[in-house]
Amino acid sequence: MSLGLELALRAVVIGAVSGVSCAILGCFLVLRRVSLLGDGISHGVLPGLVIGFLLGGKTNPVPLFVGAVTFGVLTAWLTQAVSSRGRMSEDAGLGIVFTALFAVGVLLISRLLRRVHFDADCVLYGSLGVTLDDTWPLLGLEVPRVLFTLVPTLLLVLLFVTLLWKELQLSSFDPALAEATGVSSTLMHYLLAAMVSWVTVASFEAVGSILVIALLIVPAATAQLLTERLRSMLLVSAVVAVVGAVVGVSWGRWLDVDYAGSVTVTLGGLFAVAVFTAPRHGVFSRLWSNFALSLRIASEDVLATLYRREERSGGTATWSYEECERVAGEGIVGRLAMHRCITQALVHRHPDGAIGLTDAGRDLGRSLVRSHRLWESYLDEHFELPPDHLHEPAERIEHYIGPELRERLAGELVRETDPHGRRIPDGEGDSEAEGDPEAKAERPSE
Amino acid sequence: MNWLAPNTLFVLVGTSLLGACMGLVGAFAVLRRRALVGDALAHATLPGICLAYLAVGRRSFPALMLGALLSGLVGILVLVGLRRFTKVKDDAAVGIVLSVFFGAGVVLLSVVQRQGAASAAGLETFVLGTTAGILPEDGYWIGGTLLLCGAIVTTFLKEFEVVAFDSQFATVQGWPAARLDLLLMAMIAVTVVVGLPAVGPIMVAALLILPSVTARNWTERFGRLLLLSVVIGFFTGVAGTLVSTRYNLAAGPTVILSGTALWAVSLLVAPHGPVARSRRRRSLRSQPEDATTDGRLDG
Repeated sequence: MSLGLELALRAVVIGAVSGVSCAILGCFLVLRRVSLLGDGISHGVLPGLVIGFLLGGKTNPVPLFVGAVTFGVLTAWLTQAVSSRGRMSEDAGLGIVFTALFAVGVLLISRLLRRVHFDADCVLYGSLGVTLDDTWPLLGLEVPRVLFTLVPTLLLVLLFVTLLWKELQLSSFDPALAEATGVSSTLMHYLLAAMVSWVTVASFEAVGSILVIALLIVPAATAQLLTERLRSMLLVSAVVAVVGAVVGVSWGRWLDVDYAGSVTVTLGGLFAVAVFTAPRHGVFSRLWSNFALSLRIASEDVLATLYRREERSGGTATWSYEECERVAGEGIVGRLAMHRCITQALVHRHPDGAIGLTDAGRDLGRSLVRSHRLWESYLDEHFELPPDHLHEPAERIEHYIGPELRERLAGELVRETDPHGRRIPDGEGDSEAEGDPEAKAERPSE
Repeated sequence: MNWLAPNTLFVLVGTSLLGACMGLVGAFAVLRRRALVGDALAHATLPGICLAYLAVGRRSFPALMLGALLSGLVGILVLVGLRRFTKVKDDAAVGIVLSVFFGAGVVLLSVVQRQGAASAAGLETFVLGTTAGILPEDGYWIGGTLLLCGAIVTTFLKEFEVVAFDSQFATVQGWPAARLDLLLMAMIAVTVVVGLPAVGPIMVAALLILPSVTARNWTERFGRLLLLSVVIGFFTGVAGTLVSTRYNLAAGPTVILSGTALWAVSLLVAPHGPVARSRRRRSLRSQPEDATTDGRLDG
């Protein structure tokens, strides 16, 4: 194996290990809507790092971690205190606290550590790729030194989530219920802040601060778009982080660019894909369901109008295709709605081109008009609305009233006519869902 | 006064004018609950700076500024789009824009550095900022931005007030709320881009938030809040620069901490600060008849 490939493999492993730790914790940050706490903590821990470095030196990592976790929790606590006492939103409070702590850290570095090797750049703008040459041997393999902190960190994160699963879940989704059942969501918040500080510090040197922030937020936000359950959200976010590391390092190596940057961009790309194509919350599926809904409403409007027409004439009635299309709405939606009505055998076209209802279409039209008039009557009886304000809400809601609601409305009303004096059609259409077989036979050949 | 060298004067003028400008636009950011948008914007400028450098081929200040502004605006559009079209929450959207744009910038930066041009060195200081390096022309840029933002805010004061406090009401009343909102965000973007090379992202974040949050403790009225936050931003810059020169401290952190100190003092002594409020509440509780003579209940 060539040295270049081996270095790239090391980068993938480092990125994936710290990525999974960050992604799992990030899910809880995103769910609690405190994603930026990750950004804040990664800056707020700086004074803690400096103090830890002063106490322990470069060789002893324990004071570094103790200092960082202390200041990470301090960041979270001060943010809470400042925003609740100082009448400001949480993000403003966080902004004040982390910038001040970071400033203290920078001043400490410039006053106390000027001659010692302590590069703020190295800590905060460290980068995946800098630490790849630094290895310790283990079982005959050259293992990157940072993995000796990253792997235990990952295990700690998994232990944290497994042991406190119920508490984390409850306090993330329903803090009030959590408090009521004796789980302190405040305590969980600070425990989470402590874990985030730990992971942040463990990952700084290995992957750099900007990738840490990306790994905390982006996989979790991606997973939130794709899943509905917490367990699968954690799994998906971990997978996203690993895929990001593999793909990012691959093209980063190919183009010879900074790995931290290429992994971050890959994560952003995965998020963008999820934004557009997520099955339920994606932009595409939302556009599609909006379109399908407006198509249904347009064709239902045609059926209801035709039904009213038949009602007025007392027998069957026909209408020209153009008029129907005008009711369905101009443009592509109207035309598609008419097409839908014809292919589903809700209307049929007479030889002379006029449009009439089939039996199935008549049933649907009847139940729509029934919904409409029931709703008008209900509004009239229970709300003090002037008569000319009844039609519009009914016109909108008739498309959303199902058989069950229709019967409940009918049960509450004793009248047989709507406020405008027209008879409410009876509910025979509701019982026979299937259209008349004749209606299908009448499907016009196009 | 030997420490007030000409160079210090530039820094003093530049930082204080920047403080004033950020105080003004930051007030809107905080009111719209987008306090950390400045932080995200500051990071989102990096790809634009690198692309501008790659396109122009040398360190031309206006080109870099333009690139920074454009990529900042793209960042804002992504932010607004995520809010409008997805269920991604604001906090996550800000974090995503911040990190992904900066990551893209890091990638482009390594492309730029591979080209090995000497003038590419220190391109990242454009984003990370060096206060000591404020030049006279920076002062002009900052002063011009302050005048521009001041003029815009004075012209649209009433419109901005409605949008900042209740954008839904503004929409219902027929104001072009979305466009006004975008104008506000664009003002923030311009200010951030102008200030960034001088002070860096962390100080940008702090200076956008601190003045208006401090001013909030001194007044309850919108117009006075804006004016006060301009004044407070100005004095934060002055005090920070003077202290840092006097005691030979790094300028950026000192300015931030001066602002934090001003804010902390305001919490304790200002008439609408939490301490004054709780004292008033306590006195109301002990002497209920005073409630009518006082005329207004705070909180």
